[in-house]
Formats: sequence, C-alpha cells, structure tokens
Amino acid sequence: MAIKFPSDEWIKELSSRLNASEAYEKSAKNWEGDFMFVSEPDALYPETVYLFLGLYHGKSPEAMLVSSLEEKPAGYVIRAPFGTWRKVVEGKIDPIQGMMTRQLKLSGNMMMVMRYPKAAKEIMNCVSTIETDFGD
Amino acid sequence: MWYFNSPQIVFGEGALNALDDIQGSRALVVTDAVLVRLGIVDKVKSHLDTAGLEVRVFDTVEQDPSVETVYRGAEMARAFQPDWIIGLGGGSPMDAAKAIWVLYERPDLEPAEINPFIQLGLRKKARLITVPTTSGTGAEVTWAIVLSDIEGRKKMSLGNRENVADMAIVDPELAVSMPSRLTADTGLDALTHAVEGYSCSWHNDLTNGLCVQAVQLVFEYLPRVMADGADQEARERMHNAATIAGLGFGNSLASMAHSMGHALGAIFHIPHGSAVGLFLPYTIEFIAPEAPERFAALARASRCSQAEGKEGAFSLATAIRELAAQIGSPTSIAQLGISRQDYQAQLDELVDKAFNDASILTAGRSPSFDELAQLFLYAYDGKVVDF
Repeated sequence: MAIKFPSDEWIKELSSRLNASEAYEKSAKNWEGDFMFVSEPDALYPETVYLFLGLYHGKSPEAMLVSSLEEKPAGYVIRAPFGTWRKVVEGKIDPIQGMMTRQLKLSGNMMMVMRYPKAAKEIMNCVSTIETDFGD
Repeated sequence: MWYFNSPQIVFGEGALNALDDIQGSRALVVTDAVLVRLGIVDKVKSHLDTAGLEVRVFDTVEQDPSVETVYRGAEMARAFQPDWIIGLGGGSPMDAAKAIWVLYERPDLEPAEINPFIQLGLRKKARLITVPTTSGTGAEVTWAIVLSDIEGRKKMSLGNRENVADMAIVDPELAVSMPSRLTADTGLDALTHAVEGYSCSWHNDLTNGLCVQAVQLVFEYLPRVMADGADQEARERMHNAATIAGLGFGNSLASMAHSMGHALGAIFHIPHGSAVGLFLPYTIEFIAPEAPERFAALARASRCSQAEGKEGAFSLATAIRELAAQIGSPTSIAQLGISRQDYQAQLDELVDKAFNDASILTAGRSPSFDELAQLFLYAYDGKVVDF
C-alpha cells in the first residue's frame, strides 16, 4: 500500500529500509550526522513539513515527523518545495544535481557530504523502493 | 534544469597570441618546472609582456598537486595581488591554478571546502586563463579540481561551477613537445572523458554531440600522432578532441572508470590518463548487461561495430583495448608492473576509495562492494568481464 508523503509513516519507512540495506550499511559505516528534510509550501502542498532522519554509522536509529527544526536539531538540513521533493522521490530529479542547481538547498558540513557519494546513492535507492502517495 | 559552462575558447595555431590583448596589470602564471625548462613559460611571459602585464611565476606544481602546494600558491597570489591567474600545463597545473584562484579570492575557505553546492563569489580580485600543454585532461574547460591528500593517500574531487576559466587558449603548438608516453596517456584520458560523458546518467542533449565528436577524433588521430609525433594535423585534432571531451564530460560527469582510476592512482601513483583509460573497457563490459545502448551507439558512431545492445557495447570495449595495445598502453593492471600481492593487499582500500569518489554516482549499473572488488581483480588479470 502506498505511503503518504510527507508523513511520519513515510520517513519511518525510509529509516526501516535503510536499516535493512547492507549496501547502505557498508557505504555509510563511518557516517555521523542526522538529516532534516524540509518540505516547503507550494501550490501543490500548502504546509511546511519537517522530516527528521537519524543516521549513524550505517544505520538509522530514529526517524520522525517533527514540528520545527528546533524540536530535533540535525547536522544537515535540505530544503525544497513539496513539488521538488516529489520529483526527487519519483526519480525525476537526481538529488545531487538538485543540490548543485540549488533546487534543493543543503546546509551543514558539505565537506562530509562530498565524501559519501555511495551512501547518498543508497539512500536514494531505498527511497525509490517506497511506494509513495502524493495525495493526487 | 542544468547548466552548460564554458570559457571563451581560443583554439588553433597561433591561439596563444590572444594573450597579447588581455587587459590588466599583474598575472600569476601557475605551472611546473618542466615547462619552465622547455621554454614554454618564457613564451607565455613574452605575450604577457606585450600586453603590458607584470608577471610572477609559481612553478612548483607537482603531478597530482597537493593541498600544501595550493596553499603556497595562494600565499604567493595574496602577496602579488594579480588580476589574472594563468594555469599553464597539463591537468595538474591547471587544477592547482583553479584552487589557488579560489583560495586567493576566498581566504576563509580551505581546499576541501570547494564544493558544487555553494556560491563562491569569484572574480572580485582576478580572472582565470587556462592554457593546456597536453591533449587529454580537459581541465582547461571544466570546473573540476583534483588535489591529493598525501596523508590520507587519496585524491580529492573538488570544484564549483564558478571555477570554469574565463578563457581557454588551446594552441596545438604547445603540445608538440609532449613525449610519446604522455601523448598516449592523455589521449586515453580524453577518450575516457568522452565515453563516460556520453554514457553516464547525467548525459544531456548539450553534451552528447561533443562526446561523440571527441570519440571519433581520438580513434582517428591518436594512432596517427603516436605513429608520428610530428604529424601537425594529428596533434591539432587531438588537442581539440581533448577540449571537446572536456566540455562534454565537464557538463555531464565522468563515471566509474574515473572512480576506479582515481583510487588506483591515489594508492599506486599511476598517471591519471593511463589509469582511467585502463579501466574504461572493464567498466563498459560491467555496465553493458544493464545499460548497453549508449555504448553501442558510440561503437556505431566510431565505426567499431554496427551491432546493437550488449554486443555493440562489448565491441566498443574491444576497440578501446585494441587502441590501447596499438599505442603501447597497458590493458591490465599486471602490465603496469604492480605485483599481485601488493594489489591484493590494497583491494579493500581500492574499493573503498572508488566508492567514495563522486564519479561512481553516474554509472549505468550500480556495483555492489563484491562486484567492484571483482572488477578490480578482472582488470588486474586483463579478463573480459562476464558477471
């Protein structure tokens, strides 16, 4: 059954799939840094949504929808309008290209992000396996 | 959305004369000792004299330039306050020039922070001219910077779109003195750029034609220039091919052969072009079962084969191995003189480094850790990939 995006259920599903991924575990074995995905309002979705994804040494210890950045501070924050996130989840925008063209705005220690391209790819591989409902 | 970045390109015989007309007061030439010895730096200086510029030369860029070298160059730039920085040489001096330029403009940054996700705000103090003296790297038109982290034994892939030079001067006369081995290595580098720029997942309409043209030029003119280094036409066409391939892959991306080549180069200090060119046919054969068509299209365009699908892709890999053999380049790691024992001992590190190289993101088939290790071993033995 498709899972609504953005939602607490969706980010927990991603966390669960990362924890089941041997490829992610190997590629992110030294990674330390949580992510906050911020879906900003646009014509398709009128609210700001904050999805927290905990990531530590190849595992995702926790994930949840929160009400603000302050509720669960994360080392890395990626912001984009809902419509852009939708294209990322659907595989229509490569997230790295999205960040390079500033369609996705990343803040955090970018030197670290640059060192883990395989982990980024494995996260996207997990995202692509989630059957997602965008509320159409 | 995506971007296509390019400097103004002055190319062909006599292109170096473009330096006579640049406007400014001080130029810092970033280069290496070999080019000083060959008199090429003096040639550039005489053009800058004509333009009325005061010139300083930073000539201690080594192969695979280190972060420390870049810091020293930036220090010289800060003392001299140039309004032009000129990267003169192969990929190493040009990459060093890009990084020195960034640190000169942005002393608050360290080299590892030069990444594509931020705005650097360059061109407030200086602009950049690149002048290639080898035919392969494409660094004259790309924004990529590869530096060595000597302590960490790794190559750092850095860069930002703003790093693209303002002007690239592609004068074939500067490549005439390239020794045979360098001609072969850099030629295979250009071929790898073109094939990967065309086949990677970031390929696009604006770069496809450039990559095809570069592949055709390399297949036609690299054997000619290797057979006769004084063949002026072949030299010029290879010099152009390298720049065209640079525009192609620089505005899409490199791929798996680069990630493996960077890993090999960082550990065993193999020249870049030789390393990436060696891995190219193996990566084509690995990717072909899942995504053969773009390789097959290149095989048709370069008249290697009319076959489609996997057969066409494999024919391209075979043609590349034949070209490498024809020009005396190694087609296996064993031929590089690396012992099996040393190679096996570094296998985990090779795999780890290749996976942490951004070029691996765009491969048409994403390898697992075991598959990548196996691919490294096949490349050692020179075995056609069958998994």
